[in-house]
Amino acid sequence: MTALQWIIDGVALGAVYALVAVGMALVFGVMRLINFAHGELITAGAYTLALTSSWPLVGSIAACIAVSVAMAVATERIAFRPLRGASPATALVATFAVAFALEAVWLVAFGPEGRTADLLSDLNRPAIGGELDVRWVTIIQLVLGGALLAGLALMLNRTSIGLQMRAAAADPRAARLLGIRTNRVIALAFVLAGVLAAVVALLLTAQTPLVTPTLGLQVAILGLVGVVVGGIDRLPSATAGGFAIGFLTAVLGNALSADMRVFLPSFTFALVIIVLLVRPAGMFAPLRGQAVERV
Amino acid sequence: MSEPALAVRDLTVAYGPVPVVRNLSLEIAAGEVVGLIGPNGAGKTTTLLAIMGDVSARGGDVRLAGRSLRGQGADAIVRSGVALVPEGRHVFGDMTVAENLKLGLVGRRSEDGLEGDLEWVHSLFPIVREFGERQAGALSGGQQQQLAIARALLAQPEVLLLDEPSLGLAPTVVDIVFEALQAIRERGVTILLVEQRAQRTIAFADRTYVMRDGAVRMTLTPDDADATETIREAYFGS
Repeated sequence: MTALQWIIDGVALGAVYALVAVGMALVFGVMRLINFAHGELITAGAYTLALTSSWPLVGSIAACIAVSVAMAVATERIAFRPLRGASPATALVATFAVAFALEAVWLVAFGPEGRTADLLSDLNRPAIGGELDVRWVTIIQLVLGGALLAGLALMLNRTSIGLQMRAAAADPRAARLLGIRTNRVIALAFVLAGVLAAVVALLLTAQTPLVTPTLGLQVAILGLVGVVVGGIDRLPSATAGGFAIGFLTAVLGNALSADMRVFLPSFTFALVIIVLLVRPAGMFAPLRGQAVERV
Repeated sequence: MSEPALAVRDLTVAYGPVPVVRNLSLEIAAGEVVGLIGPNGAGKTTTLLAIMGDVSARGGDVRLAGRSLRGQGADAIVRSGVALVPEGRHVFGDMTVAENLKLGLVGRRSEDGLEGDLEWVHSLFPIVREFGERQAGALSGGQQQQLAIARALLAQPEVLLLDEPSLGLAPTVVDIVFEALQAIRERGVTILLVEQRAQRTIAFADRTYVMRDGAVRMTLTPDDADATETIREAYFGS
């Protein structure tokens, strides 16, 4: 029974981190930019939920999505677009700068002790009786995570703009030379990242309503690790990496005894190091030339 | 006299302090086929990329039917009616052949005549229809080249630029490519063809410019196709 419980918790948190990872990987794909500030989009969405908790649910959720998307688009226009063509290191440092600057803004504006976004806390009720602890939020994480990923896959594979995004990610120069508007594709990637971040904010606050200034940063670090472990070059592998890191965190959190739980990140990152030593290109990256080497 | 389909005037392009193209001028009349040959490093590819707005020119101007393209990005230039088949083909290997073709439509100004164009492209290159659902990366080099040309044609270009379309292809496939170019010419598309196969290009094109060290050194006509000594001199200097 415990094993099943672990798997359910793992899959649910995995679904959330898959959404974090795919948001980061979308932007990386079209811009070759590791957006460390992605987590701040989540924090912004979470604070919006806290500040609008007296609103009707739909309005609060709409505001959360609007704020995350607006912030995603604004960071691209103000901070990242002028740096296009700069070295990857410069751009990476810029995303760090944006992340920490925003974190300071949250701290000044909302204080260190955190705000409560409890409009979805009803979802913490058990969904089924019996020994298994399956809450509504778990089910929603699974269903919403799966539906969003499926919708995104459909968009990327079936629509013209999705095709253009894939082209721009695979070969930016060839895409430009076919007439694909880079700015539009990049802006769309940031909009999608904003929507995904808003959904992650919803799912995380439904589970734990406390919103602190560092909420998104912690999520982004773990999400980024997931993306790199999975293989940042491709959306499916990055998404799988995000899922894996979420799954691992939940399972380890369950497996470790209460006094050991403080070392959860150490265990997680030790496993990450081992994976990267064995598969430097990423756990889910396609094997290249390996078959030949083995002969 | 009407404006040339494509006119390059005093084009200068530099990577850092090193000029790669120096005061290059050339003109192509509507419906004309012009070859551009020359040794490696002469600046041929850079010239094409500068026409497409993908590298920025330090000086000079590119005009399409009299309208300056200066300062415009590649996306706008494609929509004005110039398409490039890049060196190395650059098909999207992870996508299907049909998806690659669909990307060619992005640069199209209107949907008008789309079905006719598709039919024409399919008749020029039957493999792009036959292998529509295959991954483009699984095609042979020659098939990828055909796909790259087909994709460029779907943007409905008035001027088609090709960068070494026969590079690395088997002789029979080179024939297919040149036959297709002849059909494209007959349809009235203006062509600027960068090639390494000097003799074949000189014989095929209405005029061929020989480029060396970033500038045009000589203009040849189909009558010069067999004058190997002249070509060699133009390539390497006397």
